[in-house]
Amino acid sequence: MAISKALNVNGKRETLTVDDPDMPLLYALRDNLALRGPRFGCGMAQCGSCTVQVDGEAVRSCVVPLSSLTAEQKIVTLEGLGTPEMPHPVQRAFIEEQAAQCGYCINGMIMESAAFLSKNTRPTEAEVKEALKDNLCRCGTHTRIVKAVLRAASNG
Amino acid sequence: MNIQMSRRRLLKGSGALVVGFTLAGRAREALAQGASLPAAKPLAVTEVDAFLSIDIDGIATVYSGKVDLGTGVATALPQIVAEELDLPMAAIRFIQGDTGLTPDQGISSGSLAIQNGGIQLRQAAATARNALLDEAARRLQVAREELSVVDGVVKAMSGQSVSYGALIGGKNFNLKLDPKKPVATKAPKDFKVVGKSVARIDIPGKVTGQFTYMQDVRVPGMVHARVVRPPALGARLESVDERSIAGIPGVTVVRQKDFLAVVSPSEWNAVRASQQLAAKWSKSETLPDKAKLWDHVRSTKVVKDDVTSNIGDVAAAMGKDGRTLSATYDFAINLHGSIGPSCGIAEFKDGKLTCWSASQATHNLRKQLAEMFSMPAEDVRCIYFEGAGCYGRNGHEDATADAALIAKLIGMPVRVQWSRADEHGWEPMGPPTLIDLKATLSDKGEVTAWDSRFFVPQGMPGNCPLVAQELAGLPAPPVLSPGNVIRNSDIPYGIPNIRTICHRLETTPFRPSWIRAPGRMQNTFANECFLDELAAAANVDPLAFRLKYLDDKRGIELLERLRAFVKWEARASPLTKASGTSAGVLKGRGVSYTKYEKTRTYVGVVAEVEVNTASGAVRTTRFHVVHDCGQIINPDGVISQIEGNIHQTVSRTMKEEVHFDRAMSTSLDWASYPIMTFPEMADIRVELIDRPDQAPWGAGEPTAAVVPSAISNAIFDATGARLRSAPFLPEKVKAALTA
Repeated sequence: MAISKALNVNGKRETLTVDDPDMPLLYALRDNLALRGPRFGCGMAQCGSCTVQVDGEAVRSCVVPLSSLTAEQKIVTLEGLGTPEMPHPVQRAFIEEQAAQCGYCINGMIMESAAFLSKNTRPTEAEVKEALKDNLCRCGTHTRIVKAVLRAASNG
Repeated sequence: MNIQMSRRRLLKGSGALVVGFTLAGRAREALAQGASLPAAKPLAVTEVDAFLSIDIDGIATVYSGKVDLGTGVATALPQIVAEELDLPMAAIRFIQGDTGLTPDQGISSGSLAIQNGGIQLRQAAATARNALLDEAARRLQVAREELSVVDGVVKAMSGQSVSYGALIGGKNFNLKLDPKKPVATKAPKDFKVVGKSVARIDIPGKVTGQFTYMQDVRVPGMVHARVVRPPALGARLESVDERSIAGIPGVTVVRQKDFLAVVSPSEWNAVRASQQLAAKWSKSETLPDKAKLWDHVRSTKVVKDDVTSNIGDVAAAMGKDGRTLSATYDFAINLHGSIGPSCGIAEFKDGKLTCWSASQATHNLRKQLAEMFSMPAEDVRCIYFEGAGCYGRNGHEDATADAALIAKLIGMPVRVQWSRADEHGWEPMGPPTLIDLKATLSDKGEVTAWDSRFFVPQGMPGNCPLVAQELAGLPAPPVLSPGNVIRNSDIPYGIPNIRTICHRLETTPFRPSWIRAPGRMQNTFANECFLDELAAAANVDPLAFRLKYLDDKRGIELLERLRAFVKWEARASPLTKASGTSAGVLKGRGVSYTKYEKTRTYVGVVAEVEVNTASGAVRTTRFHVVHDCGQIINPDGVISQIEGNIHQTVSRTMKEEVHFDRAMSTSLDWASYPIMTFPEMADIRVELIDRPDQAPWGAGEPTAAVVPSAISNAIFDATGARLRSAPFLPEKVKAALTA
């Protein structure tokens, strides 16, 4: 039975039709709303590629069932953070540090860091590494990602 | 039994219809290209037009058969063209890896995108520029020597000018390229773009969700599919119970022999169905006992020996004078471990197959798919879109073949997205590598003989058989393609008697393929560690020991620069001799060196480690790297590749190993195949040696080759314990400390 579901995504109210009320948020964002920031990486909350923010908290959208979300909760994706023309300070720092190789994990790195920096505005390097410990990068961009987060903190 | 499905049912059965995606940017272009290919676009690598066109607005389009796998060559290759044509970077479009539009420049692997692909583009651009200047001289009626080019406009001293767009705009150059007669290219002293850290063109899109990855591509009328793989390698599909997924709307089961998949207009319904579909498979146990993996490798039938070096008379010299040392090294089975599981889209239309793929070798994939479906290669087109980094031959090609098979069976465009377990379990793997070494150290401390044996699978680079070919019983050549794994089995040192032999094994557990620095990394691990063992036995500083046996000016300069860069303290290893019972953290440093494939990029590295002697845990704290890849196109791009090589290879060396039972891999997620995390990352310091007057060599792999040995040498320096088996897990370190 298809059901209707209302969400608040990047400041817009969206109404989707889904077959499964427990479909993970990731599929709603990518398939129903055609967003590309959140990425499928593991489907088990092990890698962080699918990270979005819900009410300012970084969450793994691959394991968040739609049924757990209300229309009032504010979902923000990488697209909602900023654009190439008007990047968010964290996105700008990632560009300035050239902190991406394949870039597939970078959505998670930025969404996680932006949520982290909103709580800890002047983190140490060790705190940044700890904040990103559950986000996996395979290209080995770690050095630049940490520099970018620290740069975003000092720019911000 | 083939389970039939109706197209109508599939289209009708969707609760949540797939949104008609707006294809932005490149996706739309590629699709538009798919609809109508430019008439007779030249593709032969002997034609300038295969590589380059300039439109009436003066915008140059570069057609590159080499593709960007996340390494940055979509920026570096245009830099080379911009330099040669005196064009701004903004005036260059880059099209890559489309078999309908780009020449076959070979697979994008082996650190050759710049070294080979870049040189071809440079020649094409230089040849085009010559012709443009000749034509400008004719039109402006001035001598060619009086012309200069600024931003695509040819100017005469008289003040007259004519743009590239006006000279050639949209027309073919009709010029030949002859690799035997290269044209003169711009003098390095005049470089304005090459050698500069031009910012990568892809990063703004990647950090804002605007970039189109393979996983984002959608084509009209497309349905989603998930494969349902056997639980054991070689298992046969006995039965499928479709009732098990009756509750999921709009799903159809597709089967050919042991190839099983579910298809739905809704991606999530396909995911659910793939997880819930009840299928019965035969029992199959084809893998060796993991606990005896190295015995298995050692006893595998040898089909041939490749003698990679044979200098002097090893048999006579070995053991003649002094001491003879021997050691055995091994490196575990590794995964490419892309963060984004593989994805492919395919469509059969009017007897022709079009695929969208993140393959590093779309031209090869095209031939493989043609073979798989017994159709002419001319009727197959593969279009590249960047996926998650692959670092070699991972599952991209297989996911594309899955999509093609399903598309053929159902007559609709199909997107296949692998799950995490599909990726971990079914990507081809880096084969296990076993290496025996023996050497004689004379009483005077000279290495007089070196003898080594490498147990590695037979086969070369080439094509890995596609999973769908095997499961569906479609034509496929029975080959192993582990990559050129015998490289760097020979050593770069002037020892008087050397013999290095690769025993090529008939089989290896799992389907093998190449992962970043295939063979070169494992072989260099053994060679550079064993050399360190000899230096320690001779009680000589390991850096000085290497220099003593080097007679290569660039190699010597590199190691001297490394010595200064790290403020190397000359002394023999180990610094400390730990015993298993003494608790504490010991620090050490280890050096390693390579001349990649003994023909190109030089890398020297010093690793620093901290070893917790109680727990056996090792922290790799810092790496100093000196790197000489000749002419540098983009310094920041090279540094990025070096950093990536270090972090990734630290991960492979310290943590990574595929576990398996007799049926199948049991490392099917990131918990059972952990990789390095942020708190574990090392500090990396890089010094580049730029040689603008020399050929540009690759940087995508060479640094990986020296990482495991530098770490092992550093652990030895810290503790006196020698790690010869990767990964260097705490239990192995503890065992070595008490040995």
